[in-house]
Amino acid sequence: MIHWTAVAVMWLREMKRFLRARSRIVGALAMPLFFLAFMGLGFNRMAVPGLAGGAAGGAAAGTHSLSYLRFLVPGIIGMSMLFTSTFAGLSVLWDREFGFLKEIMVAPVSRVSLVLGRIAGGTTTTLIQGLLLLSVSIVLGFRPGSWAGLVPAVLFMFLIAVTFIGLGLVFASNMKDMQGFSIIMNFIMFPLLFLSGALYPMKNLPVWLRPLSYADPLTYGIDGMRATLLGVSMFSAALNLAVLAGFSLLMVVLGAYFFEHSESV
Amino acid sequence: MREEIISEQAAGASAGDAIWVENLTRTFGDLRAVDSITFSVPSGELFGLLGPNGAGKTTTLNMLSTLLKPTSGRALVAGYDVSRHRDRVRQSIGIVFQEPALDGKLTGRENLEFHAMMYGLDRDTRRRRIEEVLALVELTDKAKVLAEKYSGGMKRRLEIARGLVHRPRVMFLDEPTLGLDTQTRRHIWDYIKKLNRETGVTIILTTHYMEEADYLCHRIAIMDQGRFVAQDTPSNLKDLLGGDVVSLEFENRAEEMLAAAQKLDWIKKAKQHDGCLSLTMERGERRIPELISLAQGMGITVTCVLLRKPSLEDVFLHFTGRTIREQEASLAERHRGHPHGRPGRGR
Repeated sequence: MIHWTAVAVMWLREMKRFLRARSRIVGALAMPLFFLAFMGLGFNRMAVPGLAGGAAGGAAAGTHSLSYLRFLVPGIIGMSMLFTSTFAGLSVLWDREFGFLKEIMVAPVSRVSLVLGRIAGGTTTTLIQGLLLLSVSIVLGFRPGSWAGLVPAVLFMFLIAVTFIGLGLVFASNMKDMQGFSIIMNFIMFPLLFLSGALYPMKNLPVWLRPLSYADPLTYGIDGMRATLLGVSMFSAALNLAVLAGFSLLMVVLGAYFFEHSESV
Repeated sequence: MREEIISEQAAGASAGDAIWVENLTRTFGDLRAVDSITFSVPSGELFGLLGPNGAGKTTTLNMLSTLLKPTSGRALVAGYDVSRHRDRVRQSIGIVFQEPALDGKLTGRENLEFHAMMYGLDRDTRRRRIEEVLALVELTDKAKVLAEKYSGGMKRRLEIARGLVHRPRVMFLDEPTLGLDTQTRRHIWDYIKKLNRETGVTIILTTHYMEEADYLCHRIAIMDQGRFVAQDTPSNLKDLLGGDVVSLEFENRAEEMLAAAQKLDWIKKAKQHDGCLSLTMERGERRIPELISLAQGMGITVTCVLLRKPSLEDVFLHFTGRTIREQEASLAERHRGHPHGRPGRGR
């Protein structure tokens, strides 16, 4: 059973906290912008093979060549959203640390409502950050292939957020405290980033890594954004959308399941 | 079939009781944090769980508030089973946890607002109740300050206010004055008394401060190593020790007085040392005049009188053979020996 008021309250709390943490927003934007600026400018003059994409993008790539900087923009947006949304899911651990989790757990509402509220809140804040990043990129000179492509690109951003908040919830529900944080950072988050092809074309990776890349939800999120924003991608936008939507659903269900079965004290 | 009979018995036993608990047990690995406790608390009572850290008080509270599942046994809170009707139980209770459970990034009022919405109160009721509870704990003028800026005592008061917003039938207070200074502690005590008197809410509190349990509670259960070793009113518990000790000092002829005292049937123990007598009796304050007139009748002059009431510390000592502080020290030892136990959570 879903208590919609509880979902709304959880969302509202997240918004208030977000708006009060201005420095957090600035910090979350600065890091990816530095990446974009330095990596983009540093590698822009180099010939990175495979930028123009694979099968689906082949035709489009023939007509115009793609600079590394443009290639990088969707990747950096995906990267920043990967981290922000996983941390939003992991924020359960902060609530546990500060005791507030007990207040939430003892409320007469279903755990599913709490999970949905958290996902709604985290998705909103992550999406705001992703959109800010995209806007700044546009201000700085990034031009999407077609402006109409922005709409489906936002849909991909939304699904990336939902997927990784779900993943964060799965971790948080199985951890007692922040001890395992660096393990998750080093052994889950960075591999997810590097396998996804955010910073370079995925098919430049060794073939034996490819199954892992295909299992990485972020691969489809970033490839989907490239398809819609640049018109250049490995898979079609529709395929990316279908796979990513599947992942996001799976992660929400898993996150809700583990949160439901976690001990609250 | 059997299940039905058990639940009927339970319903019968719990009529009018805010809490009804039978053989409640919780284990963590091979540690029996709560070991088959049985008790009930009538509506409107202020009931205390007294014991050293690690005795199982918080674990008991966590089970009663549905945060922990019991390993075995049954517990009804406000008439609802904590295992089977968790939402009903949650709707009926308010809790103040041992550690602060506030969102520091929200203001005092927003913390209350969050709570009130979670408990499904409509806008008007929310506004009215929040004003009400803020006034009760005297935080109205601090309502717009972020909770992280509150002092320890203010945080505790805000949490008490929050626990009341949805008008619970039962309120749990886990070590409500732990870590507060003496003055603030007095303050919180007065709030708790006022709360119980004015709203009629049943209050269950845990504490390891003897004087707190003595001052606040109508009835007390003394808990040690997961078990109840005694439960009664503070004064009855203290009477169990045989009563008060009256010490009398005489100018002379203390021996004659001793002989006379030993003939009185209400004196349970009489001891003489130097010119002093130590007499054990119930309700010593009422017997002192009698003793003095007895001495005067015999021409003996009393120079000094001292009345000592047994404290709950003495009671704890009586039932467990050690003081609370010794008990805490030895528990700490045990936990050091068992790194896989959960000392931090097994309270």
